Amino acid sequence: MKKYTLNFFFLALALALIAAAHGNWLDKYTINVLIAMGLNIIFAVSLNLVNGYMGEFACGHAGFMCVGAYTASIISLMCFSAKFTAAPLLPAWLSPVAFPVIMAISGLTAALAGFLVALPSFKIRDDYLAIITIAANFIIISLIENLDVIGGPRGISGMSRTVKAMTATLDIPWMVIWVILGAYFSIMVIYRLVNSTYGKGIPAVRQNEVAAEIMSVDTNKMKTVAFMIAAGLAGLAGSLFAHTYGTVNASSFGLLRSTEGLVMVYLGGMGSLSGSIMAAVAFTLLVEALRLGLPALNVFLHQGHLLPASFDLSQIWNWVIIPLILILLMRYRPEGLMGHRELTHIFPSLRRLITLK
Amino acid sequence: MDDTNAIIQYGLNALQLGSFYALIALGYTLVYGVLRLINFAHGDVFMVGAYIAFFVSSFLLSPEGLACGQTTAFVLTLVLTTILTSGVGVTLERVAYRPLRRQGAHRLYVVITALMCGILLENANLALLGASSRTLPDLIHKEVINWGGVTITNLKILIFMAAILVFVLLQTIVMKSRFGMAMRAISWDPFAIPLMGIPVDKIIVFTFVMGSGVAGLGGLLYGMAYVKLENTMGMMMGWKAFIAAVVGGIGDIRGAFLGGLLLGAVEALVPAFLPSSYKDLISFSILIAILCLRPTGIFGVPLTTKI
Repeated sequence: MKKYTLNFFFLALALALIAAAHGNWLDKYTINVLIAMGLNIIFAVSLNLVNGYMGEFACGHAGFMCVGAYTASIISLMCFSAKFTAAPLLPAWLSPVAFPVIMAISGLTAALAGFLVALPSFKIRDDYLAIITIAANFIIISLIENLDVIGGPRGISGMSRTVKAMTATLDIPWMVIWVILGAYFSIMVIYRLVNSTYGKGIPAVRQNEVAAEIMSVDTNKMKTVAFMIAAGLAGLAGSLFAHTYGTVNASSFGLLRSTEGLVMVYLGGMGSLSGSIMAAVAFTLLVEALRLGLPALNVFLHQGHLLPASFDLSQIWNWVIIPLILILLMRYRPEGLMGHRELTHIFPSLRRLITLK
Repeated sequence: MDDTNAIIQYGLNALQLGSFYALIALGYTLVYGVLRLINFAHGDVFMVGAYIAFFVSSFLLSPEGLACGQTTAFVLTLVLTTILTSGVGVTLERVAYRPLRRQGAHRLYVVITALMCGILLENANLALLGASSRTLPDLIHKEVINWGGVTITNLKILIFMAAILVFVLLQTIVMKSRFGMAMRAISWDPFAIPLMGIPVDKIIVFTFVMGSGVAGLGGLLYGMAYVKLENTMGMMMGWKAFIAAVVGGIGDIRGAFLGGLLLGAVEALVPAFLPSSYKDLISFSILIAILCLRPTGIFGVPLTTKI
């Protein structure tokens, strides 16, 4: 039994969270932070597959999240509200069953977009691949903003109807459950992929592409697989994002969100799953701490007359601090907190307490 | 007759936009030509240049400041903006890129640093100066010249002349001078060149001075042409200019200039067929197409990598 200790711990934690959300023991703000944490975990873990394990430099990851979010929103609105169709296509009681299907479809659509970006990566590496991915990010956003059918620059909203339909069917905190399941699913997919014989090709591409090719690793296929899985999981995060907040806007999936992903991956360590998870948790907490801390600091500095009265510390400083973290990280510890190691490598005793299959 | 006039008018607008792209693209190309580094922060250096131009010119023109005449103010702004913006570029090089180069860091880390420096500059500007957009004071007396129905402002002529002048100047420096030879040599073999007694760091600083100075000039002219300054203008202009540099073949001065004009022409043509909001989409699609089909651009020479 001992080797399942941590498994049970995480299961208990998840159940406790769901119970807390259900019983309103935690206020809405805490729940939202926890959900954001889960989304960040999916986002960071999936980006880690490409940027960490495969060693490529993709920085348009938010674009795939955008594709997933919009696909999920459109299908969800078609099925459970009368926004695009004359009447809802599905009865409301079907929503708990339909929602995972919606998530899967949006993941697949995002994976398809990922496939399109993977194609140029066969020939192009390093900074040029970075450019391709950023350009793809811009293109996705620009395309969506130009499609007036799905709201254009105003975005799309009304997905809370689906969540309400689920709650009406069975009164449990659905979004918390889906986010937890999504995060679990993403972590397990990446874990099993990179630890399988098949998936060993992905780190091989990072270490030496030519040597990997000689060792009969089909590098093009590995790249396609990695890009598609990463994009698909980002799309899954997008569908969860859309339904948690009930509204999506293409402009919120720009370069800044991609940067958030990069910060999480490089903070945690390239090619370290546990590092990414910890970094995602730490990053979410940092953003929230800044959200609360900056106004407090502002008041404090004004009371001490350290700032001119006309000048306010605003939330924009978030976006000064976050790039700065990454700059300092690249300068002083480019391998991140964990490097290529996992938590179980640093604390070998943990290995006896957890079973991952 | 009207049609031809309209076409010429389109062409002139394209020329103006293209000149801005060319001015910024030159900076990208200069740095890439020496360091093989895509200086993603360059677009934001351009934005900072425009803001420097705003502050300098407001100070020079306002009665509380120096209360200069318009011409004096323009010349002084031009000089000061160029110098101060090159200062920004050099600071960036000293603070962010050089330590990484000394460490022998992976080039990916340098690219990430460059990207983050761009985002940092953009948001630091917003955080420090606030979200309200600024307007550059009038620095030259605007005149409209009418040539048989085609109207052109003296500002447009000035911008285009400036772009050509800068292009010719940089091309001469890089291809004819000893400095330029050293610049080209560093990109050829960064390890052997210090052994030849060439001060690599000095050459790199000089490259950043030139690139950022040109960006500062571009910022000033941009402010004069489009009047409104926003902190986000750097990112988009920077990316477009980068596309221009890639179209022309990054690392090649002629390529940057020509690519800038070409992209300007394409963007000016888009509104004739599609809503103008498709501009970005078209430009970025061109970028991806060029990178996939002919990554070396018009003038670029393919770089062979040894295994």
